[in-house]
Amino acid sequence: MKSRKFVMFGRIIKGGAVNFLRNAWLSIAAMAVMVVTLSIVLFSFISNATLTNTIQDIRDRIDVSVFLIDEITQEQREDLMSQLKEIDNVRAIEYVSKDQALADYVELNKDNIDLQLAISQTDNPLPASLRLKLVNPDIIDELKGFLDQPDIKKFQSDETSYSGDRKEAIDKIAGATTFIRQAGIVGVVIFAAISVLIIFNTIQMAIFNRRDELSIMRLLGASRWYIRGPFLVESLLIGVLAALISVGLCKAIFTIASETLGASSFGLLDIAYSSRFFADNFWPILGIQLGLGMFIAVTSSFIATQRYLRLSKA
Amino acid sequence: MILLDRVSKTYNRKGATALERISLHIEQKEFVIIVGASGAGKSTLLKLLTREEKPTTGKIIVGGIDYEHLHDRDVPKLRRKIGVVFQDFKLLPNKNVYENVAFALEIIGISSKEIKHTVPRVLDIVGLKGKEKSMPQELSGGERQRVAIARAIVRQPKILIADEPTGNLDPKHAWDVIRVLEKINKYGTTVLLTTHNQDIVNKLKRRVITIADGKVASDHASGEYTL
Repeated sequence: MKSRKFVMFGRIIKGGAVNFLRNAWLSIAAMAVMVVTLSIVLFSFISNATLTNTIQDIRDRIDVSVFLIDEITQEQREDLMSQLKEIDNVRAIEYVSKDQALADYVELNKDNIDLQLAISQTDNPLPASLRLKLVNPDIIDELKGFLDQPDIKKFQSDETSYSGDRKEAIDKIAGATTFIRQAGIVGVVIFAAISVLIIFNTIQMAIFNRRDELSIMRLLGASRWYIRGPFLVESLLIGVLAALISVGLCKAIFTIASETLGASSFGLLDIAYSSRFFADNFWPILGIQLGLGMFIAVTSSFIATQRYLRLSKA
Repeated sequence: MILLDRVSKTYNRKGATALERISLHIEQKEFVIIVGASGAGKSTLLKLLTREEKPTTGKIIVGGIDYEHLHDRDVPKLRRKIGVVFQDFKLLPNKNVYENVAFALEIIGISSKEIKHTVPRVLDIVGLKGKEKSMPQELSGGERQRVAIARAIVRQPKILIADEPTGNLDPKHAWDVIRVLEKINKYGTTVLLTTHNQDIVNKLKRRVITIADGKVASDHASGEYTL
């Protein structure tokens, strides 16, 4: 009996492949829509990861500069640093001396002769500073409270810089990310629905084309699974091929973007990171795409065959 | 072999009663002819036996299977035990004679080796040796019907239902088909034949059940066509 099931399984697979080829144009159309759906999923997934990474990257660069008066002693400075370390939100502290600050300034403005001239004509006007890296740049109240105490304030030459403008930029990017993420989800849902409908219709059409054969099969005592199986296999093929094509397409796009165009970013998207992310997670991505493609395809053809079997009382 | 106990069938949509309290008992290896005018309920009776329809009331037992307790998913198993031949043959036009017969075995998972062994023997029984490669449209009506019979008996069913198998055939071919059915009956298969052909009914001298207005009008062991 086991071998009989094995024989039937083989015939179901073969039947599905034959259906797929016999239905070639419809299969290709269904596959094309599925490729679009899966590509949108893939694009959303990768761009989401990339933007999240970009934001993290920028957040890492946010620092708070506490400018020190020239008269502060080394002891006072070290005392201040150890007090700052007590604050939970402070991840790291770096001391930037007056000389270092000047060197940084020269480096930063090396193309601007006027500024360089201006600074070289006077004694070094730049203050030394403590550069703080924060765990969470959004929470600065505690730090602010500490720095505003008169005992601490007296060591500061200038207003503390909280990278306010940079934070604003980050919030903007974060907003864009949320928008892209939401748009991605809407796109995925819409195209998934279209895919389901098209595959459903493809299978309905295949059933319609073979209705005489199917009714004879029923009368001869073919089991429900034997009747349904080839259609599920056909849709499975559509799903698998669509997944492979969408992943292949994505790979081709990255190759072209990075090699031919030499582009490193596309708007907000850091192509180099996207490409790396795609390469590092190639197998999981392929797995997700295959799983999703097969799920959408099989669900729709399952519904279509269920409908046929119910209506025909098989 | 076949037992019908006060079986009625009402089609809800039409509100018409197709069969009314039919009781029948058919023994194993019997050759039974069912006659009746069009619309008398013959087809409904056969559809009840193949479980294409369910009775409104009454009990049906075929080959020990009580239809009342038969789950939908087990219907295919039932149909494998009953061979059916139709007036319009129901052959697959894109398959040749051999493939049409083999099809009945393929769908229940018989190995290709066994199919190669069985199909030629059955084609021999129905007198179609040498026509294996012919397509249905190249065959005469009688030959097509014999392909259909071969397909119905290739799984060695206990029961063969032939629903007006001679309806579309000229007298000579009709008799060819009837001779094949008699041969199969001789090998031990119960045969249920419906027909409008008076000549066949009268010459066969078999049990004849006459259905009229959804009821059994007569049931004679060696009957004649009385409509």
